[in-house]
Amino acid sequence: MARRNAGWIILHVVIIVGALVMFFPFLWTIITSISPGVGLTVVPRLIPENPSLEAYARLFSERPFGRVILNSFGLAAVTTIVQLITSSTAGYAFSRLPFKGRGVVFAVYLATMMIPLQVLIVPLFVELKNFNLLNTYIGALLPTFASAFGIFLLRQAINQVPRELDEAATLDGAGHFRIFFSVIIPNIRPALATLTIFAFMGSWNSFLWPLVVLRKPELQTLPIALAGLQGQYTTEWDVIMAGSVVSILPMLALYIFAQKYVIQGVASSGIK
Amino acid sequence: MSVSTAQTSILDRSAPPKLTHPVRRRKLRYALTVLAFLLPSAVPLLLFVLGPMVAAAWISLQKWNLLAPMKFVGLDNYVKLLTDRTTGEVFLHTVYYIAGYLPLVYIGGLALALALNTALKGRSLLRGVYFLPVVTSWIVVALVWRWLLNPSNGIVNTVLGFFVIAGPGWWTDPVWAMPSIILASAWKDLGFVMVILLAGLQAINPDMYEAAKIDGAGWWRRLFSITLPLLSPSTFFVLVISLINGFQVFDQVYAMTGGGPNGASEVVVQQIYDLTFRYGAAGEASALSWILFIVILAITLIQVRGQRRWVTYG
Repeated sequence: MARRNAGWIILHVVIIVGALVMFFPFLWTIITSISPGVGLTVVPRLIPENPSLEAYARLFSERPFGRVILNSFGLAAVTTIVQLITSSTAGYAFSRLPFKGRGVVFAVYLATMMIPLQVLIVPLFVELKNFNLLNTYIGALLPTFASAFGIFLLRQAINQVPRELDEAATLDGAGHFRIFFSVIIPNIRPALATLTIFAFMGSWNSFLWPLVVLRKPELQTLPIALAGLQGQYTTEWDVIMAGSVVSILPMLALYIFAQKYVIQGVASSGIK
Repeated sequence: MSVSTAQTSILDRSAPPKLTHPVRRRKLRYALTVLAFLLPSAVPLLLFVLGPMVAAAWISLQKWNLLAPMKFVGLDNYVKLLTDRTTGEVFLHTVYYIAGYLPLVYIGGLALALALNTALKGRSLLRGVYFLPVVTSWIVVALVWRWLLNPSNGIVNTVLGFFVIAGPGWWTDPVWAMPSIILASAWKDLGFVMVILLAGLQAINPDMYEAAKIDGAGWWRRLFSITLPLLSPSTFFVLVISLINGFQVFDQVYAMTGGGPNGASEVVVQQIYDLTFRYGAAGEASALSWILFIVILAITLIQVRGQRRWVTYG
């Protein structure tokens, strides 16, 4: 009994300390954002004395944060939709359509995961310059259209769909396109939800590529605008933290809404 | 060659030519189907990943500052990099990052996964809290941690001050810059590792623990003899992903220290970025990119080969 109590205590200490450590930075970010006048030396109080939303107001009046949010949202939405299409079709090919050299092609696809974006920045920049696509949304979008991670995730999910379902549909006279749309897609909804979150998140949070392609202020996305805040409001941590809160909230909402799928998706990507 | 071989290798051009028309038409239709499913992903990957990758190899053989015409210099860039002390240093910093980061996220993630795998009130809320940093952008995490670890009025040094401990200069101090980055990175990725390991834990048959308990195995014994071996596929996955991401570490370094102070936290990709955009040495940058890619590829292949020795698929 004593041993069990010791275990119980350790368990709760681990969990409570863990939760505090994990959540405190967010809490501190929010507190700072509503504590006006945090400068070089002031440490915000845990319970702000004169809480105010001034920092948020400044964010939208002194900087074009409304436009920035719209930019981020639009780019993330398009990236997500396109990745759902390219990943599910490729996943189907790698799971259900055997052809000569498929293993090699799949390995090449996976190998692209190992290529750091930074390696491609220079040639991509030159390529898009030649296409006259610098400073355009489409230029920012094109390199995000196919994701090896998404393809891998959906191939794994499609592999889990029992082949008997395909066979039954084939007996009913369905071809690959019908099987894809009416058998596979409805059966991999959790994986599609997962990819939706990851694609949206990836785009919402991406930094280097938008930084290189979208040079005009009116085209900026959130992370770049945030990095800009750091330059303009060096020590005005309330404004910088307000910008951070604004950037986290949509992801938080999306995450709460689809938590189950995120966890499932991450989990299933690691099992096999 | 039997008929069945011809059918399975439908795209094989060397298949027997005496096929009847319907068969050939079906082959063509099948080939078109494969293409229809593959092209939406293959075209962007070719144009925006593999093409630029090959272009980077070409650029790596040039002297080029992005503006003036290229000048072919053969392997000079590679020779220069491999003999330059900075190259060794940036790889060393990257390995330092991985060596600090990996044990932290693995042991932390494992502890949390084990804790959350027990029957516990509010489990899904806690899981959500742990996972939140994973969905937060690197720029935000970097800004937040720069603020938490601010040497003058950051909360960490303020709390340390209560215990009469003089906190270090964190990201402004060459010695503490990398630990700051490691700390922020581990915080961000802990939830990801936890979820992977939690999924692995939940796949373990509870009967095994019951049997071990009856045999008198204690908690540690069960951890090392049942949990860890059966968790090895998940551990393997975490290891592979972490090493790939670890060698590519950039965003957090760029946003937290920019590789500073005095190059103390300069990692490989930060060096690639600086060579390109600060020193106008795109050729050298591309050569370093290729060296990095080969290192990552080699390490991943070694892990895949080596997994038979310790990964058990039960």
